[in-house]
Amino acid sequence: MNHSAERSLSTYLTGFVLAVLLTAIPFALVWGGLLAGSAVYAVIAVAAVLQVIVHLVFFLHIDLKSTPAENLFFLAFAAVLIFIMVGGSLWIMMDLHHRMQ
Amino acid sequence: MSAATILEEEQKHALHSREFGFWIYLMTDAVIFALLFASYAVLAENSAAGPTSNDLFDLSRTAIETGLLLVSSLTFGMASIALMHDQKGRVVQWLFVTLLLGLAFLAMEMGEFGGMIEKGAGPEVSGFLSAFFTLVGTHGLHVAFGSLGIVVMIGQVLVKGLTAPVRSRLMRLGLFWHFLDIVWIGIFSAVYLPGVL
Repeated sequence: MNHSAERSLSTYLTGFVLAVLLTAIPFALVWGGLLAGSAVYAVIAVAAVLQVIVHLVFFLHIDLKSTPAENLFFLAFAAVLIFIMVGGSLWIMMDLHHRMQ
Repeated sequence: MSAATILEEEQKHALHSREFGFWIYLMTDAVIFALLFASYAVLAENSAAGPTSNDLFDLSRTAIETGLLLVSSLTFGMASIALMHDQKGRVVQWLFVTLLLGLAFLAMEMGEFGGMIEKGAGPEVSGFLSAFFTLVGTHGLHVAFGSLGIVVMIGQVLVKGLTAPVRSRLMRLGLFWHFLDIVWIGIFSAVYLPGVL
């Protein structure tokens, strides 16, 4: 019990430090104007995806072994839905936007 | 097996079902937010000759809001750890700190919204602003309800103690609170940072 509690405190702290780093990088880039063009967007997107994973693993304690399988299935299902709906909407609307010009 | 242990098993089973149900709710909520993000991405450029994101967004305010939510996620984690150790007083203390951080976040967001509306950049001005207020406002509303949940749970811990149902509710509230922080990552990455570029 004591051991797992210790591990859990260090889990939260590790997650927190990683989250702060992954937040600071895109903010610093945008603030300092260190990168130009599409590279900035790429860094922001990659940092965001990594930070979402950090939060899921260290704060929501999602892990492939101990999390119940049905919860993981639902998470994956939501991810697929989000990918199809957001990706599809953006694809269609950007295409329309392009053709309207 | 005695009647008491059978009842306890039943209760455990019921609480487990609720935790799964809450997880399904969170995933559907994620889908709602994802669609609001898609609407925002489509409408972000359509400022209808009104103020644009560059005129309105203040990154230092966003950075402070981000910090408040991130620290509040850590303090809720501290409350969860105290819960594992059965430290009732600590649980209440950390929940209270989390509540203060949540309220500070809400105060900053209301200040931001109020300032924008005063400058003539309310939600009715353009597609960009409608989508902005809907997305960020929906997140703010979730934080407000999360804060209300923390108040209720502080009351339940004090009155009922750390019983099995109270533990289960605290755990679900924690999932909700950490989930809101994940949505905020999307907001600063898709709304505020690209908005000032």
